[in-house]
Amino acid sequence: MRNYLAIVTKELRTLFVSPIAYVVLAVFFAITGYFFYIILGNVIEFVMQRAFQSQQFGAAPPPFDAPAAVIRGFFGILSTILLFLIPMITMGIFAEEKKRGTIELLFTSPLTHLQLILGKFTALILFLLVMLVPTIVNSILLYLLSEPAPRLVTMLVGYLGAFLLGGALLAVGVFISSLTENQIVAAVLTFGTFLILWVIDATAGTGSTITNETIRYLSILNHYEDFTKGVLDSQHVIFYLSFIFLGLFLTSVSLDSGKWRG
Amino acid sequence: MIQAEHLTKRYGFTTAIQDVSFEVRKGEILGFLGPNGAGKTTTMRILAGFFPATEGRAIVAGFDVFEKPLEVKKRVGYMPEHPPLYEEMSVDAYLRFVATIKGVDRDKIDSRLGDVKARCGLAEEGSRLIKHLSKGYKQRVGLAQALIHEPEVLILDEPTIGLDPKQIIEVRELIRGLAGDHTVILSTHILPEVSMTCERVIIINNGKIVVMDTPENLTSQLSGGERIELDIVGPVENLPALLREIPQVKNVSLGEPQNARQPVLVETEGSADVRHLIARKVIESGLDLYRLSTQTMTLEEIFVKLTTEEETQEEETE
Repeated sequence: MRNYLAIVTKELRTLFVSPIAYVVLAVFFAITGYFFYIILGNVIEFVMQRAFQSQQFGAAPPPFDAPAAVIRGFFGILSTILLFLIPMITMGIFAEEKKRGTIELLFTSPLTHLQLILGKFTALILFLLVMLVPTIVNSILLYLLSEPAPRLVTMLVGYLGAFLLGGALLAVGVFISSLTENQIVAAVLTFGTFLILWVIDATAGTGSTITNETIRYLSILNHYEDFTKGVLDSQHVIFYLSFIFLGLFLTSVSLDSGKWRG
Repeated sequence: MIQAEHLTKRYGFTTAIQDVSFEVRKGEILGFLGPNGAGKTTTMRILAGFFPATEGRAIVAGFDVFEKPLEVKKRVGYMPEHPPLYEEMSVDAYLRFVATIKGVDRDKIDSRLGDVKARCGLAEEGSRLIKHLSKGYKQRVGLAQALIHEPEVLILDEPTIGLDPKQIIEVRELIRGLAGDHTVILSTHILPEVSMTCERVIIINNGKIVVMDTPENLTSQLSGGERIELDIVGPVENLPALLREIPQVKNVSLGEPQNARQPVLVETEGSADVRHLIARKVIESGLDLYRLSTQTMTLEEIFVKLTTEEETQEEETE
């Protein structure tokens, strides 16, 4: 436990000393803020148009949940930004230790791989929270100012989805970083892997064969959609959790095999 | 304290070290001498538990490195060739982190920190960021890192590399001061370094142990002389005495007979070539001589390699 906490603290320190963390945070807040503004504007415009049309034709507009549309759009965009930024924070997590030779210190210390991997992953999860939590300001504004107010549970489920998705992406990034000692290679490979996982369902045919279903199941975006609608489905939660487990397990395998090659 | 038995390490098709066996007693300083790429780092990494050997086993501080790696790592301080430093940390923060993961008790960390900093000449540098330190000071932090948990065994890979002459002397004195309490293995490719710091030397070349001896014996062997191998068939009981009649012959030893052939190792001193005399003695005593050859890689050759490398290195630092 003490070793694990020491690794968490050290990783957080490393993350927040490097300029990358601040650049990532700044870009993330700027883009999420900007898109929240744009989405809000679009939805308001759409609602006004409908009101205007219904006035013209003298009929009541069909029901439309404007706040839910904002939330859906916002979490949709959030996932895309995570896809781009997470490679930046995971790229160095093992690659940099290898490059600097500090992996020799870690491997010759009485640490287990579990403590090392979980410590690093925990630090990254905490960083993900530092990214996500401030965007709650947007949601609070929406909650206070929109009429009718959005359902609180919709927003919470959205955040849970973003958190799980982020966690799964982080685990993949950690694994890829453990394969190389070059940060840039790690970042490019991670981003490429994310893109493949993102668009993989497009390669699935229309039929419902087992192959097609499997490919669709693997798409990390498909599993995210329900969260943005405020629907909490345990199969998606399990999907992301098993993704995290797989990523960390592969990391451990990679560290073990690295020891054989030197 | 350290027992290496038939260690072999292969990377794919290349063999880094082959059948390396040795022993280090408690409190001893053992020097690993060899040219670059000889297998020093590989051997040390195996002993420190960085990676396992392909074959063979190692027992360090009473525990098998492969079966009980955590127990070994608690008792070993390892300083890699490039000190494993987190440059963005201060010296204190770094040493504190290392102390924690090495399992130093929480309430002892402060006193250990003060102790190793004083020992390594870092007392004033605690709050400085490692990236702002000079190379010599980084090396000291690397050494402090290896000492922080009072390990029984210290494994130092080229501890004086890249230091200026004054710093080299300081580090060597520091290492000598560690003997007794700690068992030390250090590697170097600089010949004088071992004679100054080590009690025993292993010379390693191309992944194999070439010789294992005290620095004094090595130097005496160096003052000329050759090792000549013979393969003989026949009763050899009287041969050693006969060969010693040649004044240049210093030592004769009989090996294990193989396929009725008896290998004999003759060590000579001085620069005179006495192979013809040896051959004559063998024939005269009625034995059959099947082979007579000087040992393929003599000590001198290795030492020449080592010393020339030091010269070129000194030129670089000038």
